[in-house]
Amino acid sequence: MSPSLRDRILRLSLGATAILSGSVILAVIVFLFREALPALTSGKLSHFFTDLRWQPGSERDPQFGLTPMLLASLLVTVLATIIAIPIGVGGAIFQQFYAPASLGKFHDRLLELLAGVPSVIFGFWGLTVLVPVINRWQPPGQSLLAAGLVLALMILPTVGLTARSAIRSLEPGLLQGAAALGMGRPATILRIIIPAARQGIGAGCLLAIARALGETLAVVMVCGNIAQIPHSLFDPVRPITSTIALEMGYASSDHRALLYAAGLILVILTGTLVASQAFRKSRLTPGQAG
Amino acid sequence: MIRFVLPIAAAGLFLLHFTSCSKLESSEGLLITGSSTVAPLVADAAQRFEKENPGARIDVQTGGSSRGINDVRKGLAKLGMASRALKTEESDIQADTIAIDGVCLILHSDNPIEDLTKEEITAIYQKQISNWENLGGSAADIVVTGKAAGRATLEVFLDYTGLDSADVQADVIAGENQQAIKTVAGNPDAIAYVSIGAAASEALAGAPIKLITIEGIEPTTENVAKGIFPITRPLNIITKGEVTGLSRTFLEYLKSDRIHDLVEAHLYVPVSP
Repeated sequence: MSPSLRDRILRLSLGATAILSGSVILAVIVFLFREALPALTSGKLSHFFTDLRWQPGSERDPQFGLTPMLLASLLVTVLATIIAIPIGVGGAIFQQFYAPASLGKFHDRLLELLAGVPSVIFGFWGLTVLVPVINRWQPPGQSLLAAGLVLALMILPTVGLTARSAIRSLEPGLLQGAAALGMGRPATILRIIIPAARQGIGAGCLLAIARALGETLAVVMVCGNIAQIPHSLFDPVRPITSTIALEMGYASSDHRALLYAAGLILVILTGTLVASQAFRKSRLTPGQAG
Repeated sequence: MIRFVLPIAAAGLFLLHFTSCSKLESSEGLLITGSSTVAPLVADAAQRFEKENPGARIDVQTGGSSRGINDVRKGLAKLGMASRALKTEESDIQADTIAIDGVCLILHSDNPIEDLTKEEITAIYQKQISNWENLGGSAADIVVTGKAAGRATLEVFLDYTGLDSADVQADVIAGENQQAIKTVAGNPDAIAYVSIGAAASEALAGAPIKLITIEGIEPTTENVAKGIFPITRPLNIITKGEVTGLSRTFLEYLKSDRIHDLVEAHLYVPVSP
């Protein structure tokens, strides 16, 4: 086999794997779109924004207001991110600059373990441990706060592990330069390390946000599933994913198409997030962006 | 650019085709989908059936009564499970009752309330009574646990109370019985309605919940069997048209008295054929 033939075979097979992973998401979007089509063409989609409540099962007055659920999806995600990013990035910095090597490794293993915990376990833990604690404080316990906390735990490994690898892959010259200038450790971390690793950390946060937006199983157990606009952290909420999980199994006709349309909106939301990050990246570093 | 777009589009179409054509049921086995109340019983019966009939493979999946009905209608499953009676507009399918279950109200063990009337239950679920104090309990807001749309327990409960689902003012909505039970177990002020079978077996297993009486009638399998407990429902196997082969054999098996001990083990009431 000549080297050029080998190269072509490799190129083809690698190309095939790349196309496969890329086309799966396209196929999913096409599928979502096709299933949501009845809702999109019949004008039923306007229910999402004109109806005030979500009561698809009501015989007297079926309503399909999506606004509270869209808001809930965004709020639980923002809450989880606000909690997880400082803890994840802080932990990564501590581990890299302050912790003894053995402790740092141990921390890594723990984070990896956390990443491997199935989401149903987080859900049951949240429902049986966290929710009763919040309930003693502010009933009913199943709430925006509970969902945000459980989600924060779930995305913490993504934030922490990507932040650590972003920091670790910085050029050693940066640190040496800082040391040569006589900068102390706090200044080095705040002025050199974090700005330099910003992009890697940002990419990790983006992955975490996308995960939080899409997480279903754990959230459905702890969020309370009431489709309402929350007035406090302790109010129950119902994100889009919960609605789909609770109702898709039995929904038919309009209701079903509207659930798919809600899923499509979620995908578009995540897509916008990814696109805005890519756009920001290409503006920040025009030379490196691909 | 076009060099890359074409194969991606082709692969996408291929996958789409693949997903829409895949059948849930294989030629050798039998798929049963539907109610999470009926599923544990059918799964146990299936296990015994498979032991007695080597070669048969029965796959039991949950997803709510409405899924069971939908899947049978669409031909995705030969048999469906539904924990409620069929409605008049569902005359295109048949239901065979394999057991009777009741729906009971559960409270946390620490709640002093032991009995509620139909009027009280209806008022609680509309938030006309919103504090346990008004019912003789401690001064605490009632945490009303409802069920997600499409769940048979919800429909049975609405039938009993005469409410429309839009009237129900819940604080928390649960999907399956287990989620409702865990909600009450973790909250001294919560109330929920769940399958008697599921609640009784969780209470036996030590969960801090209690099944309260409704207008003095205890939620026991005996009272369900006698027909005096007010909220009961049939556990049904749904079929469409004539079923043959393995589906037929298993359906007859489920209707026979050979699974009566399993029905009782799940704290449901057997029906005589």
